[in-house]
Amino acid sequence: MPGLFGGRTVTLIAAKGLSVRHGAVVALQAVDFAIRRGEIVTVVGPNGSGKSTLIRALIGLEPAARGQVDRAPGLRIGYVPQRLHVDRVLPLTVRRFLSLPHKVTDAEAAGALARTGVAGVEARQMADLSGGQLQRVLLARALLARPDILILDEPTQGLDQPGVAAFYRLLEDVRAETGVAVLMVSHDLHVVMSASDRVVCLNGHICCEGAPRVVSAAPEYRALFGLGTGGALALYRHDHDHDHDHDHGHDHDHGHHHDHGHRHDHHTPEPADG
Amino acid sequence: MVDDFLLRAALAGLGLCVAAGPLGSFVLWRRMAYMGDATAHAAVLGVALALASSLPIYAGTLFVALAMALAVTLLGSRGHSADASLGVLSHSALAIGLLAISFLPGARVDLTAYLFGDVLAVTGRDLIWIWGGAIAVLALLVWRWDALLTATLNEELAQAAGFDPRRERLVLVVTMALVIAVSVKIVGALLIAALLIIPAAAARSLARSPEAMAGLATLAGAAAVLAGLWASLRFDTPAGPSIVAAAAGLFVLGLIAGALRRG
Repeated sequence: MPGLFGGRTVTLIAAKGLSVRHGAVVALQAVDFAIRRGEIVTVVGPNGSGKSTLIRALIGLEPAARGQVDRAPGLRIGYVPQRLHVDRVLPLTVRRFLSLPHKVTDAEAAGALARTGVAGVEARQMADLSGGQLQRVLLARALLARPDILILDEPTQGLDQPGVAAFYRLLEDVRAETGVAVLMVSHDLHVVMSASDRVVCLNGHICCEGAPRVVSAAPEYRALFGLGTGGALALYRHDHDHDHDHDHGHDHDHGHHHDHGHRHDHHTPEPADG
Repeated sequence: MVDDFLLRAALAGLGLCVAAGPLGSFVLWRRMAYMGDATAHAAVLGVALALASSLPIYAGTLFVALAMALAVTLLGSRGHSADASLGVLSHSALAIGLLAISFLPGARVDLTAYLFGDVLAVTGRDLIWIWGGAIAVLALLVWRWDALLTATLNEELAQAAGFDPRRERLVLVVTMALVIAVSVKIVGALLIAALLIIPAAAARSLARSPEAMAGLATLAGAAAVLAGLWASLRFDTPAGPSIVAAAAGLFVLGLIAGALRRG
């Protein structure tokens, strides 16, 4: 495929007709996807829609049953996992973690931690960090790889609402500074960062894609998420008004009502503003 | 003047600890303890095969331990419940191994030597196997250390950094089979896993980095070997269980020291 990775808008990772099977279950079906240098792309979809499978396939961890995945030669990936469980039985300081697997200098480590807003945590044990600190340390480590692309799997789990906003602002700044592409997975379009160039709505296959507002108004998206307030997509804030029309139904579809730190407060009566 | 057999026993035990410290740490970090048991039990079947085909004991145990470890890894990645497949394989291998040994014609095999070890009967040739295996394992672990640690933390993290986590898992499985194969004679099939796990667990409460934990685990293992051998000589107890009991004592001491340090 000559020219795929050339030209001005360099394609970093491309999937063509990608299908992935888990045993008899088809996790992804005929997915065409590409992300170019400097782009911010958010993949949204309910739980079980194949978001994490897509990410794993794009980094080369899931074999394609059909189709193919191409990565630009020498592509450097900065990966931020959905959740990093560091068992207490593994003693690991933040400083040591930042040098895994590629050694970085103390100055580089301190710089990256300061950049992500957790300066001075080098000597802390990974297992002792709060959710928000851990997320920032993970981002710092990803940035230290000087990545062409940052891949983040549900990066805002465990963050409170201001934390999510600050985290997205940080990503935007980093993109502006370094031109890094950002590929992010989220189950919740309501908190998709407004800076997304494209939103891809996934449910085993790609239902629709486009600018955040376009996707939130698309019938495919509404069918999947059951949202009535297409215009309610908010920058850096949750909107709660759809709850009142929809009997919290989407909450259960997503299955994200347990143990993540967003302050949804779906069940707290609030003044309806929509 | 230290007796030759005692010196060989100590050297054998220390050789094992060189590999068991770092490997045992990974066994704890990755929760592979039960897998260690299964592989060790399979080694008994390896002993039977070796005796039947007059191969070296080490070749038989290594072959069967490797086959067992690979089978368990494969089953685990196919989505079978790891617990169930390990349980079935582990105890079946032990039972079939014991049966096979009982069928061996004419040979009056001392079963307890393979179940509980016979470190005082270690020969010079054994020492070559043990130290050769231990140094090979240590070299492999040191070479892959950062990749192994990354893959232990998170598979995607390793893959994104350019390491295939499946390959790193294979490194650990193969090294574990190797360590188990060479240590059957020292502590026996039933207690090998203990020598992997207990010194590493004892080291945990004192260590602040993975490397320190691996090093301390080797030291704790070495101390347990020496203390166990001394106790075995002094009180005329079986050597293998004495070594493991000494390691358990160190674990308790480590807990107390760790608690005191944290204040």
